[in-house]
Amino acid sequence: MIDSLGQPQSVLVLGGTSDIGLAAVRRWASTSRPHVTVAARPGPGRDAARAELESLGLTVEVVDFEAAETASHPDLIAGVAAQRDIDVAVVAFGVLGDEERAWTDHAEAVRHAEVNYVGAVSVGVCLADVMRQQGHGVIVALSSVAGERVRRSNFVYGSTKAGMDGFYLGLGEALRGSGVRVLVVRPGFVHTKMTNGREAAPLSVGPDDVAAAIVDGVASGKELIWVPMALRPVMSGLRHMPRALFRRLPL
Amino acid sequence: MSDRELLTGWGRTAPTAAHVSRLSADQIPTAVSAAGARGVIARGLGRSYGDVAQNAGGDVLVTEPDGIEVDHDRRAVRIGAGTSLHDVLRTLLPLGYFVPVTPGTRFVTIGGAVACDVHGKNHHRVGSLGNHVVELDLVTADGTLRTISPAQEEELFWATVGGLGLTGVITSVVLELVPVESGYMRVDTERLADLDAVMDRIQAADRTATYSVAWIDTMAKGRSLGRSVLSLGEHATHADLSGRLRDEPRPSPGQPRLAAPALMPPGVVSRATVRAFNELWFRKAPRHRVGEVQPIAPFFYPLDGVDHWSRLYGARGCVQYQFVLPDPESGRLAALLERVSADPAVTFLAVLKRFGPGNPGLLSFPMAGWTLAVDIPVRSGLAPMLQEWDREVADAGGRVYLAKDSRLSQSMFDQMYPRAAEFRAVRRAIDPDSRFRSDLSRRLDL
Repeated sequence: MIDSLGQPQSVLVLGGTSDIGLAAVRRWASTSRPHVTVAARPGPGRDAARAELESLGLTVEVVDFEAAETASHPDLIAGVAAQRDIDVAVVAFGVLGDEERAWTDHAEAVRHAEVNYVGAVSVGVCLADVMRQQGHGVIVALSSVAGERVRRSNFVYGSTKAGMDGFYLGLGEALRGSGVRVLVVRPGFVHTKMTNGREAAPLSVGPDDVAAAIVDGVASGKELIWVPMALRPVMSGLRHMPRALFRRLPL
Repeated sequence: MSDRELLTGWGRTAPTAAHVSRLSADQIPTAVSAAGARGVIARGLGRSYGDVAQNAGGDVLVTEPDGIEVDHDRRAVRIGAGTSLHDVLRTLLPLGYFVPVTPGTRFVTIGGAVACDVHGKNHHRVGSLGNHVVELDLVTADGTLRTISPAQEEELFWATVGGLGLTGVITSVVLELVPVESGYMRVDTERLADLDAVMDRIQAADRTATYSVAWIDTMAKGRSLGRSVLSLGEHATHADLSGRLRDEPRPSPGQPRLAAPALMPPGVVSRATVRAFNELWFRKAPRHRVGEVQPIAPFFYPLDGVDHWSRLYGARGCVQYQFVLPDPESGRLAALLERVSADPAVTFLAVLKRFGPGNPGLLSFPMAGWTLAVDIPVRSGLAPMLQEWDREVADAGGRVYLAKDSRLSQSMFDQMYPRAAEFRAVRRAIDPDSRFRSDLSRRLDL
């Protein structure tokens, strides 16, 4: 059970090798020391994640997870929930490839859509189902400001995040009164292995900043957060900007 | 699942959804037998602060108020478990009786009070409520109704007293009665300058006083650490009442007159307002006043006048931290109080009370020593701080009160309640499928 101070006893990280997901677990490791289920593709990344979390003294379980293989999701998530209640599930997986290839290479475009949107919708539905039966739970959806106003420079990624962001905001509304909450997290540029080698945007943050915001957002019952918070007014401004002007911005 | 309700405790934290049924006592066995995979738990008036009467995804049974039958010969009363102490007192006081133990609110059910083994301001004299239960009716996991007492199914009885509803649903309780001449209290009030003074004074006063409790100003620091208002009380005799009161010697406690609004602006309870309130509370108390006659309600239930008062703590709710330190470790109280006072969290007046010896209840809270209760509005960063308090309390052989708790870890719980293993064994025997479950039982693996 999550306690009155919002500290979970069990956490499921979907996309369990995500820098942000792991950073959030590291923070909970210093308070409620939750049981962690790492759902990720088998490989050195998952092994390293497991080893690191175990070195913090946490009990870790790994399950094979492929975001685009949506048919496997219902059984997988029901299986995790059958072991113990899922107090917090972090939907942390996503792909960010070469932006130009992402709209010129058919397979690459479809991969973005399948992982970032279809995969996210798929696990969202499964999580909502098991958590409604539990009567409690928090789903943390890692969205992005890239989805808040989709821009030319990464519009394939941005459009997938716009879709998943909208889905999870709506899911949160649909789950009202069920004891289940959804927290949508919109980070700006985060220095992670996903963004490695890219030029940082203004107001960039580290995975630990996002993790801190997630842990606080879960504890305080928030539904939507920006990381850093300063991005909220910035994005609000960008959202209302005329297209002719928006297109000229060096974004 | 549309018929589910979101439930929280009095602290209004960690809501979870459950299927709530309001039933009469004779419907309980069927409801227990029909419980689904996520189990069932009884709930009273929801005055426990934490998650003890919540059952996420499962069933929650609320027993409707039931009869109050007074047996003058045995000087005992049979009370339906869903009946509130408020209703009990409204029946008993005109007959010249009082309950042997009352907690700080009368808006609790008798079933809940026994399941939490509540204590009152007279614990140093008479122990907790479980010490005064003649017998009780319990619906266990197999759907049978058992009558148990300290003499009959002793082990199950002492697992049920303080057992947080996890051995079954209590449907009725037979309680000893205390005869009183009036519905008034004769109260002595004293201001005390610091913690040493109040501890000395309580120890001396408790040799004669029936009821005693101290309100500590948690904002006071340094040399004033622990400055308190001590109040001592006795049931007023006929002779204590002045002429006007003698005309109506046993008034019934009324309904709450005020209610906190459903939506509180943030910051009503802030460090500044609490400091001002505490200062006022301390200053308005007489330096030393003897023999003031007060009605029962303001003496025992000062907060019952305002309905939903926990709303004052804002949207994130509050936790109450109540711990007890055993007598040999009472020297550690100052250090713990210093921690409480040093915290930037705002806390209204804390309550200090000296306990007498505990009872055989396996999960019963009281033990001979000192108990301090303090309200803390929930804010970020509270978890590590309270975990440190847990460690200090556990190191000293003390414990925190589960009826107030909403955040203790399982390992700390096991350390604080050394008889938890016995409790689990009783539960395995009486409820092998863990049909009775609550959010607290999941959290503490009970």
